[in-house]
Amino acid sequence: MSGSVHRDGPPAAGRNANDVRERARRYLGVARANLGRHQSVTITLAMAVVMVVLPVVAQLPPFNGFGRLNDYVFGFADAGVYVLLALGLNVVVGLAGLLDLGYAAFFAIGAYTMAYGASGFSGLGTPFWIMLPIGAFSAAIFGLLLGAPTLRLRGDYLAIVTLGFGEIVPVVFRNADPYTNGTNGITSIAQPNLYGLLGIHGFGFTNPWPFYVTILVIITIATMLLYRVQDSRLGRAWVAVREDELAAASMGINTVSTKLLAFSIGASTSGLAGVFFAAKLSSVSPEQFGFTVSFTALAMVVLGGMGNIWGVMAGAFVIYEIQSQGLKQLGNFVQGLGIPAFSVGPMTVDLSSINFLNYQYLLYGLALVLMMLLRPEGLFPSRRRREELHEAEEAAATDALSGAAGEA
Amino acid sequence: MTTATSEPTGTRISIDRRWATPLAIVVALVIAYLLMVFGSCSTPSATCDKWSQGQEQFINALTTGGMYALIALGYTMVYGIIELINFAHGDVFMVGSFVSWWLLTTLGFSGAISDPIVLAVILVVAFLVSMVVMGTVGVVIERLAYRPLRNAPRLAPLITAIGVSFILQNIIYVTISNSIVTIPQIMPNPLLTIGPVSIREVNLFVIVLSLALMAALQLFINRTRLGRAMRSTAMDREAAELMGVDINTTIALTFFIGSALAGAAGVVQGMYFGISKFDLGFQAGLKAFTAAVLGGIGNTTGAAIGGFLIGFIEVLSSVFGYGRWSEAAVFAALVLVLIFRPTGILGQQVTDRA
Repeated sequence: MSGSVHRDGPPAAGRNANDVRERARRYLGVARANLGRHQSVTITLAMAVVMVVLPVVAQLPPFNGFGRLNDYVFGFADAGVYVLLALGLNVVVGLAGLLDLGYAAFFAIGAYTMAYGASGFSGLGTPFWIMLPIGAFSAAIFGLLLGAPTLRLRGDYLAIVTLGFGEIVPVVFRNADPYTNGTNGITSIAQPNLYGLLGIHGFGFTNPWPFYVTILVIITIATMLLYRVQDSRLGRAWVAVREDELAAASMGINTVSTKLLAFSIGASTSGLAGVFFAAKLSSVSPEQFGFTVSFTALAMVVLGGMGNIWGVMAGAFVIYEIQSQGLKQLGNFVQGLGIPAFSVGPMTVDLSSINFLNYQYLLYGLALVLMMLLRPEGLFPSRRRREELHEAEEAAATDALSGAAGEA
Repeated sequence: MTTATSEPTGTRISIDRRWATPLAIVVALVIAYLLMVFGSCSTPSATCDKWSQGQEQFINALTTGGMYALIALGYTMVYGIIELINFAHGDVFMVGSFVSWWLLTTLGFSGAISDPIVLAVILVVAFLVSMVVMGTVGVVIERLAYRPLRNAPRLAPLITAIGVSFILQNIIYVTISNSIVTIPQIMPNPLLTIGPVSIREVNLFVIVLSLALMAALQLFINRTRLGRAMRSTAMDREAAELMGVDINTTIALTFFIGSALAGAAGVVQGMYFGISKFDLGFQAGLKAFTAAVLGGIGNTTGAAIGGFLIGFIEVLSSVFGYGRWSEAAVFAALVLVLIFRPTGILGQQVTDRA
């Protein structure tokens, strides 16, 4: 369209340049439209690229100095669990605007479902692949049970009820010994098994690659589904409810069931992550599902950019790698500098003895507060979310403008 | 804030409305006492006296309940005035207990103080210091983390609040200790006998202190100019502003008082339980918030009653041998109240806004 505007104006050289630019723009537009149309293909391709690139990057300096490739891949599989958690929490917090502070509870429910369904403790030997949907389903059921009474009330109550739920679920798992083996937790959970497909039987503990590929496949499928849900009628309803619940209700959206669906879809994603987590670690215990898990997932979503699926995935991966590798390497690095201990007033500061891992939650807390104050849309914002979160400023700016106009 | 604007809507039982609440409280206390007597001494033995056991548990419940009530007041006041669940409030309580630990250990106390005059002075100093320090911390938190977001979408200050909660916890975690800290229990704690009741000195002190602080708060809110400013801000912020109330100062004052009460509860924690930990505020905060919801959030009298109620639920569940389920019992109470009576037992209408 803009091509027709420029056609008669600029001289030959300029026209050529413009033509090239124009053509490039057109191709990009076509490509983008095709990507949009074949979203699932795009996601699959992108995840395939990620699958290859991550191990390659891990072998480049300086990363190859920090650990062996297999350890890295093991770590990537663990990071995948958190990516999945963040994806699910993003539906609840980012899309529907509900604050879920007990997200780890659904993670725990998924993990314990796996532990109960496929371990020597219960004697059931359900295959991992069947436990995946079962875990997701049971987490979703608990999401419905918890959400149904509280989602009728204003959003703040949900935050505190989920906080309580997240606190209670580990207590229940700790105390209900006959079903969960109490504080000892359930061990020797069956591993995923491919029954000889691709020459793989049980996944084993030494080879991280099957787990790595499995979690990437799970993430890919979850991402496809979530993108589709986000662009569907339901996804639009979530955004409408988030931005103005009263207006959404008066447009005929059933706000309670919309929120309930967001809540249970988020819970089921967390349940999936739980099943994989239990199968990979091959044991579960109540202590693994404390509030810090919920808090970490929330920090990932907020930092990545609430409401933006790929931003949240990136945020989750980066934060996980920082906490599992980065802080340790920072500690080693500082130690390597060999700064002597110095004293500030009555305190003695010895930088080389600081365990940076101890500071991770302090950092997350600071990050949450600073992000909310300075850049509430996250590091990788979704366009709509940014507009919503800066609405107040814009309104103020408009007010100021109209005020000035009124005085003039 | 107490608004007390609801019209009497035809009660079926004709009791003078002024007496309905006190009467209900007395009935509830008697029932709770009988339940505790009934539940005590589950393993029959000659040495165990159901009545004295029940009485001891009853006093325990009143003491812990008083502590929860002090924390719950801060939740309910902040919620009443800016409609924010201040997740950091439980951690303010925890930091308060560490302030008293720091003060007492710096002054060189490690156990009971036998001289009553020294004890009285130390008690006053400990409470004053902790209350002023925590009140100031509360004001600072409000100024830095909540005020800039006062007109932001609701999600933003909630996320900030949870962030502040983690900051407070982890400041204690990295600077003081990552495990349980022992706080000197400075009261010599003899068993006092008043008529038929025998009560430990510390329990009596805590119960009286919490009731006194609550009464002082009620007087402040209902009888003073600043209290009136707080009530009017809670009711309608813009109208209050038009009437000449300084909104920022009033909200800061609310945070100061709420956090100071949490600081007092922190000292109580040290005196009564003798321990503290960096993550103590999390569960205490959850329980206190439940107390605030039980009583009807935004309602100070309700929060006080709710606090005692939580104390009773907790002690009762351990009396009946389900001590490790006490958190679950409190949580169940929260969910049940939200389902059946979201406005709380004395509540006002707050559930309509999404």
